[in-house]
Amino acid sequence: MNSFMQVDDLDRRLLRLTQSDPTASVPALAKDARMSVAVARRKLDRLEAAGVLKGRQAVIDWAALGYAVEVSLRITIDKAQPQGFDQFLAAARDIPEVIEIQTFLGRVDLRLSVLARDMAHYQELYRDRILTLPHIADIEALMHVASVKSDEGLPI
Amino acid sequence: MIDLDQTDRALLKALVNDAGVSTAALGKRLGLSQPATWRRIRRLEQAGVITGYRAVFDLEKLGFGVSVFLGVKLARKGRVSLEDFERAVTAIPEVQSVQHVLGLFDYRLRIVARDLADFERVLRRRIMTLPGVGDVEANVLLSEERLPGPIG
Repeated sequence: MNSFMQVDDLDRRLLRLTQSDPTASVPALAKDARMSVAVARRKLDRLEAAGVLKGRQAVIDWAALGYAVEVSLRITIDKAQPQGFDQFLAAARDIPEVIEIQTFLGRVDLRLSVLARDMAHYQELYRDRILTLPHIADIEALMHVASVKSDEGLPI
Repeated sequence: MIDLDQTDRALLKALVNDAGVSTAALGKRLGLSQPATWRRIRRLEQAGVITGYRAVFDLEKLGFGVSVFLGVKLARKGRVSLEDFERAVTAIPEVQSVQHVLGLFDYRLRIVARDLADFERVLRRRIMTLPGVGDVEANVLLSEERLPGPIG
């Protein structure tokens, strides 16, 4: 299917409903969107086939698994090394406690989200795994205190 | 705290990757019956390990071409100003997530916009007018990877 599809108002309505209840059945979505089940199913299939709706994911609370500490590490890469970025990214992916890697255009080059069981575990990770990553020019830490809003909802 | 065995970990990993598959198909892959799979998922949900489910969209295909992370420092502190700021910032539709952090900034916001001009509008009209807002630093997201984490 064509990778660029036209998303109409009814599609948006279905996507909004899917966003607010990702595990809702197609008949339930169809009822709320005031359309027939067949139409809703066809529209959802089309949105999924076109990659607009990529899927549904379980959200994990890491604290419930014993990871009480989450730290954002904002990192600047040493640009004198031509392969610096790629080598850094490859090494960062090998650390199991790293759950997110983002790259930026801005004051910092990238950010890692790192989990730890407690501060002692974080200190160990920071010294043994993070500071040993290649080509770090500068590093800054933001300690996660609370999620005020985390639904990642879109203004569809 | 809940203890997870190998099967729970595999199940969790599969659900983080794709929660759209049926429990029957999931069970088959892990060598479990459909009811056993369902029971394990229920247990993970009840223990608070799985807090919910999220629909994943292709932002660009929906017309959101720009994601920006903002570090925000409050100009004045105190319980009332934190609450005022939090109440106002969470009401902005373009703000996808708000994290209270310790360090160089007080809050980290994730913002979606159609393009840079749209982002500028959100920044000027919505963010810079928030109660108590001080220094703001913007970093435009270029790429993002989510990793499974220490599930095993």
